[in-house]
Amino acid sequence: MAKKDSGKDRLDENELNKGRRNFLKQSSVLTALAVTPTALVKAAEEGLDEKAAGYFEKMALSIEINGVNHNLSIEPRTTLLDLMREQLALTGTKKGCDHGQCGACTVHVDGNRVLSCLTLGVMMQGKKITTIEGLADGDKLHPMQEAFIKHDGFQCGYCTPGQIMSGIACIREGHANSDEEIREYMSGNICRCGAYPNIVKAIADVKKGGQKL
Amino acid sequence: MKQDLFFDKKIPDRINRVDGRAKVTGSAAYAADHKMQNTVYGFLVGSTVAKGRIKSIDTKAAERAPGVLAVITHLNAPKLPSYTTGKDPSQPPTGGHPLRFFSSDEVFYYDQAIALVIADTYERVLHASKLVKAQYEKAVHQTDLDASLGKAKVPTGPRFEDYTRGEKDGYKSAAVKIEQEYYQPIDVHNPMEPAAIMAFWEGQDKVTVYTKTQGVQATQKSISDAFKLPLENITVNAEHIGGAFGMGLRTWPYEIAAVMGAKKVGKPLKLVLHREQMFTNVGYRPATTQKIGLGATTDGKLVGLTHDATANTSAYEEFTEATVNMSRFLYACPNVTTRYRIVPLNIVTPIWMRGPGEATGSFALESAMDELAYQLKLDPVEFRLRNHADSDPENGLPWSSKFLKECYQLGADAIGWKDRKLQPGTSKDGDWLIGYGMGTGSFGAFRGAATVKAMLHPDGKLILQCSVNDMGPGTATMMTAVASDLMGLPVNKITVQMGSTLLPPGPMQGGSTVTATVGSAVHDVCLALKEQIATLAGKEGAAISKANAQQLKAADLVFSETGVASKTDASVRVSYSDLLKQNNLPVIELTKESKGTKLPYSSYSYSVHFVKLRVHPATGRIKIDHVVSCADAGTIVSAKTAEGQMMGGAVGGIGMALMEDLVIDHRFGRPINNNLGDYHVPVNADIPSVDVLFVNKKDPYLNPIGAKGLGEIALVGVAPAIANAVFNATGKRIRSLPITQDKLLEA
Repeated sequence: MAKKDSGKDRLDENELNKGRRNFLKQSSVLTALAVTPTALVKAAEEGLDEKAAGYFEKMALSIEINGVNHNLSIEPRTTLLDLMREQLALTGTKKGCDHGQCGACTVHVDGNRVLSCLTLGVMMQGKKITTIEGLADGDKLHPMQEAFIKHDGFQCGYCTPGQIMSGIACIREGHANSDEEIREYMSGNICRCGAYPNIVKAIADVKKGGQKL
Repeated sequence: MKQDLFFDKKIPDRINRVDGRAKVTGSAAYAADHKMQNTVYGFLVGSTVAKGRIKSIDTKAAERAPGVLAVITHLNAPKLPSYTTGKDPSQPPTGGHPLRFFSSDEVFYYDQAIALVIADTYERVLHASKLVKAQYEKAVHQTDLDASLGKAKVPTGPRFEDYTRGEKDGYKSAAVKIEQEYYQPIDVHNPMEPAAIMAFWEGQDKVTVYTKTQGVQATQKSISDAFKLPLENITVNAEHIGGAFGMGLRTWPYEIAAVMGAKKVGKPLKLVLHREQMFTNVGYRPATTQKIGLGATTDGKLVGLTHDATANTSAYEEFTEATVNMSRFLYACPNVTTRYRIVPLNIVTPIWMRGPGEATGSFALESAMDELAYQLKLDPVEFRLRNHADSDPENGLPWSSKFLKECYQLGADAIGWKDRKLQPGTSKDGDWLIGYGMGTGSFGAFRGAATVKAMLHPDGKLILQCSVNDMGPGTATMMTAVASDLMGLPVNKITVQMGSTLLPPGPMQGGSTVTATVGSAVHDVCLALKEQIATLAGKEGAAISKANAQQLKAADLVFSETGVASKTDASVRVSYSDLLKQNNLPVIELTKESKGTKLPYSSYSYSVHFVKLRVHPATGRIKIDHVVSCADAGTIVSAKTAEGQMMGGAVGGIGMALMEDLVIDHRFGRPINNNLGDYHVPVNADIPSVDVLFVNKKDPYLNPIGAKGLGEIALVGVAPAIANAVFNATGKRIRSLPITQDKLLEA
């Protein structure tokens, strides 16, 4: 976290942090998390301790992403998506809507598909995350990646990381037994270019291949 | 015209998308994916009123929030050299004035940016942006097209003057006629990648941006104009863009604001629009109300066609599109009148959305054709064949190529058109009513200018460079296909470098012109490169020098991965590495500009979309069973990506027909469904099998590769095909898009 390096600022921050800690003491942690933003907005409006509004305590987080362990200290309000994209330079996972409405940010958490924009980073303590960057084995692409290329399951490619992560999970979940079923269970991933028929073909092809995913 | 001019090209290789690997591994970098040290984050704060003035704006809390580096508003924005505060931005004759964020206190639409907050992290900028508070002097806004039709006016300039051929409104005297109104609501492009820009200044006069644009040169020019800097001081990169569908056809105010912000804080700035802002700040397909009058003789020959359209623009710019133009040339009809009007509303300026005006216009025209066919008790395909235009009725010119009849035939066979009942509501499958419909699409075929640089390396690797970029259709793949064919090189030996102003200038990606333009430029540069290789190979003392000292021509050679060989004696050959060595060249390189000329022909691409669907009469639910899209787009250069593009157009057309509708609460002038949960776009479960069929015949005049265009016709005509199929299933004619269950049940 960037801090201005002046003694005066440090002093101010210490005072403010003391105030913030007092505030937190008065509430249970969960309540504090729920009410903090409004409370701090109000505080800021009243011009009392503006700086405190931003100085959320950071929390320790151990997380494994694509087989790499990260021991981090992050703000509780940071989403898994923003953590990966903005702090860990893993930009393969895309932000389409930030509301869990489009599926572009789909990743695997312990093997299950999860919308990383609706997931706070701090909830992922001890979890194993797989993103689009973690699928290939060196130069050898994952069968779903191969199938998307073969069947042209994309155009602009922006929703593709999410589609591929969802497609793999769709087969793992046992929801790829027919084209109809694939369509239904892939409907959380929007493709505005309209490559849906080819996405279905790619997933059906991988399912038919029978590889363990 | 000799028939053999039209040859069927060999079935093109179904090459995979050349950037496929980058896209499936997550390594393809879109605007906001670029990494720069010390990147800071911007966020736009929008106006909460749709019209008025900012009375006061309080940024103190935001400025004091942690990590905040700057809050830019109209009160403190750096004065850009080109910005002046116009008195009446909506005034002609310039077709309005561009909107410049933070140049005045005036608000023209809801969510217009009133502040740009910049902070060191994304979380902090999001928080701080919520602390900016403004007071407004509200004015009476207008966002309702229907309520403003009285203010309709002819757009500035000669292109949109009323058009009449033959007798004005001549349809009125026809034996059989219809007069109907059709409505297109606001549809929003909503590419999956939100609008995004990263900007970084080096010193005070050099800036590099990564942005979501369909034309890097155009963005470079806009930034140059705004900051009064020479073009070469501005680098714009956009190799990959995550869809755009027209949204990136102009430089938006947020982009200039971000460049301004980056300069102010002296750090790389990343600004990504939130999805809600995608609905309010970067254009849309305008709301359009249309009237069609269509008349024919009793044996189905068109007598007259009148097409009126009135669409919205913004309160500060004139946006126009070719909504009524298809009605002038699509059918042989002696009496045609078209009138086009625009109405200013307090919404951001529209921008061409796939198809663009032609998609809106074809919904009205092709619905009306279906309505009249029904009155005439004629098969809609037969009705169209009877009115086929054998030459361009608008200007009398012959077509450079036209295979529309072939499209009708191909599609009718593939969808099972013979099973269609003329009488609506008579085909059933259990509880469901079955319907068939079709619609025609067309879009002008053009060839613009492009420069391509080709570099052949000793190992036979070919690098092609052009500033054009790729929002999804597969431009690099198309360029690779053209070069592979001409140079005898396998696809994996060819690399395309694109999407940067540092490369030779290419066109904007829009208007269905890129294959015809850039594909032709690749063609031309490859031919020139082959001649250069032949000259080198034929030099005295070289491997393939001719005994008679005549200059060796490319036509005398066979080109392959390894080098060139004599056509007459394959054993006389030279590898590229030897050829370059002999000539002391590290690489053979050539840059060539290529462009079209004015032709004595009229050029259009055509599509015909056939739809089979089912309607559940009790609930009004519509389920599409099958779409067959057929296209006459000239030569198909890259079959796999072209099919994807057509398929995507059909999906976009399904969205337009059945679900897309930005609903504005006119009391407040703001949208109520500005998110992807409430603004419905097609998802996988909405889309049936889509078959794509190409006539794949060369246009012999337009350009050397014979390609017309595909991007627009993929969508133009889909919505009326669906509306017509709904009528065929139910006997209910829905003339207001989207065709939702409530409308069907009320009809």
